[in-house]
Amino acid sequence: MVGRRRPGWLWVAAVGVYAFLYLPLAIVVILSFNDSLLNAEWVGFTTRWYVMLFEDRALLGAAANSLFIALVSATGATLLGTMAGLAMQRCRSGLLRGLPVLVFAPVAMPEILLGVSLLLFFRQVLDLTLGLLSILIAHVTFSIGFVAIVVRTSLAAMDESLFEAARDLGASAWQTFRHVTLPLIAPSVVAGFLMSFALSIDDFVITFFVAGVGVTTLPLQIYSMIKVAVSPEVNAVSTLLMALTLTLITVASRLAPAALRLRM
Amino acid sequence: MSLLEIRNVTRRFGRLAAVDRVSLSVDAGEFFTLVGPSGCGKTTLLRMIAGFEEPDEGDLLLDGRPLAGIPPERRPVHTVFQSYALFPHMSVAENVAFPLQMAGTPARDIDGRVREALELVHLDDRAQHLPAQLSGGQKQRVALARALIGKPRLLLLDEPLAALDAKLREQITGELIALQRAVGISFVFVTHSQHEALALSHRLAVMNCGHVEQVGSPEEIYARPANRFVAGFIGTINLLPVEVREATPAALRLFAGGLGEIISTPQPGLCTGDRGTLALRPEQVRIIADGGDPMTENRARGSVRDCLYLGDVTVYRIAIAGGVVIEALLANRDPGVNRFLERDAPVIIGWARDSGVFLRD
Ligand SMILES: Nc1ncnc2c1ncn2[C@@H]1O[C@H](COP(=O)(O)OP(=O)(O)OP(=O)(O)O)[C@@H](O)[C@H]1O
Ligand SMILES: [Mg+2]
Repeated sequence: MVGRRRPGWLWVAAVGVYAFLYLPLAIVVILSFNDSLLNAEWVGFTTRWYVMLFEDRALLGAAANSLFIALVSATGATLLGTMAGLAMQRCRSGLLRGLPVLVFAPVAMPEILLGVSLLLFFRQVLDLTLGLLSILIAHVTFSIGFVAIVVRTSLAAMDESLFEAARDLGASAWQTFRHVTLPLIAPSVVAGFLMSFALSIDDFVITFFVAGVGVTTLPLQIYSMIKVAVSPEVNAVSTLLMALTLTLITVASRLAPAALRLRM
Repeated sequence: MSLLEIRNVTRRFGRLAAVDRVSLSVDAGEFFTLVGPSGCGKTTLLRMIAGFEEPDEGDLLLDGRPLAGIPPERRPVHTVFQSYALFPHMSVAENVAFPLQMAGTPARDIDGRVREALELVHLDDRAQHLPAQLSGGQKQRVALARALIGKPRLLLLDEPLAALDAKLREQITGELIALQRAVGISFVFVTHSQHEALALSHRLAVMNCGHVEQVGSPEEIYARPANRFVAGFIGTINLLPVEVREATPAALRLFAGGLGEIISTPQPGLCTGDRGTLALRPEQVRIIADGGDPMTENRARGSVRDCLYLGDVTVYRIAIAGGVVIEALLANRDPGVNRFLERDAPVIIGWARDSGVFLRD
């Protein structure tokens, strides 16, 4: 094999794009290990900002809230989103034909719009006290579409006669789902869960609108810390959050490559 | 009583009748084939037998009991799909065990029966492979083993050989016949290959546009096609427009433009002046060197228009007076020697009076 030479400018462009995307993040990561309160220049290596994180009561509380919300809302979104994905694949005619657009819409809708409308919905329609429950419902709402897309994409790539073959060979509708459909879509379901988890734990805008006063999540807490000053502590917690998100998304894209390539 | 009875079954998609008033019966232990051009409703008929579609009109009976309303999983009918539909997340053994597990067979019996089924299709050494690790022919055999292991009354095969190359098709065709005999299960086999239909079946049904045109043994269908469609679809055939000159119990005299008078086998119910077609197989047409063949009552002079050398046989297209072209097929008994006819060479062709079938228009 003769290696094909790629033009040099392509390399330059690629490096430029990656730098644009990741340089700010890299600076945050580097500064989180900088032994200086002022952030300005490199003084020396330290992990003391990370140690400090684990003594910050308010931050730990917010992190616990975020993890709980992410876990519960991702579970809920995965259940509902998987069902939506299955329904979309099954019912491609008749009443449910418009379903895909309706489920996918929140994915593309501006977050601020979704935040405001959810706020109005909770306060004026449901008369709900803002708090944990309203955050959970909001997070499920914006995650369902992602799960549905991933599940639907993997189903669409499958040979429909697989499911007929199962029925033909003696499996009831439930057994077909249990022994054939579910194992086949399992990677996409897990990918959907991980994405929902990542979306939930990172979300700021929508949570900002529906959180009320009682409950704080990690992004909200970081925001309130920044209002005082961009401390090395903020860099440290951001680094951890970034690492978690990156891991989740990487695993998810391994599990459902087709669906995620479509979106990302 | 036949195993499967199809009575006047119709299935419509919108305004199109994909299957149109079809009546058929399949006997126990029979290898029955549905053959016809693409889109003639073969798959739709099969899907109604399997339970994936319900007929709009008519009845399906298995062992005399109506199948209406019985879901696919409760019909003793299994299908081999064209795409094989092997479960990609299960090993070969797990795929084959699937019907037994669904039927609640005790776990201790399953292993033995899976081994037996895989031996039947010569795949016992591939039990732990995943479908993705198998060749097309091997996948096809796993699909067969999986469909047979539950001992269905009826096995439906929808173009199971379509995805295989010619050599493999031939080999598996032979294996299928042996397999069907060994298990004694009735097969309903769908194909649009006339060769497979003739080679495999006890009986076959030729379908066209949702209708059944003719049902019969391969010999009946080939030698006595009921109409022009069947004649043209199964094998190649010369179709000559003719008119009845004289129809007596002793002989049928026909007249064809360019050929003159033709003597054919008598058929009841014809009278002078009836128009129709004489269907004549190319292998029934002789090419006579010096006119001395007493077996051929019918003669015509012509010249070779072109010839197609196929190895075992050569197909000659002979131009007769009046623009009629007749195909004649000659076996190449001594390869290299028999290609004696050049283009435009004058020849005499002939065929016996009992060759050919008169088909009414
Ligand atoms: N689900 C469906 N909806 C609408 N029309 C259909 C459907 N299934 C089949 N048809 C139509 O019914 C007719 C018969 O189709 P069918 O699949 O039975 O043909 P076939 O004989 O199996 O053809 P092939 O040899 O190409 O597989 C076709 O014209 C097809 O377009
Ligand atoms: Mg078909």
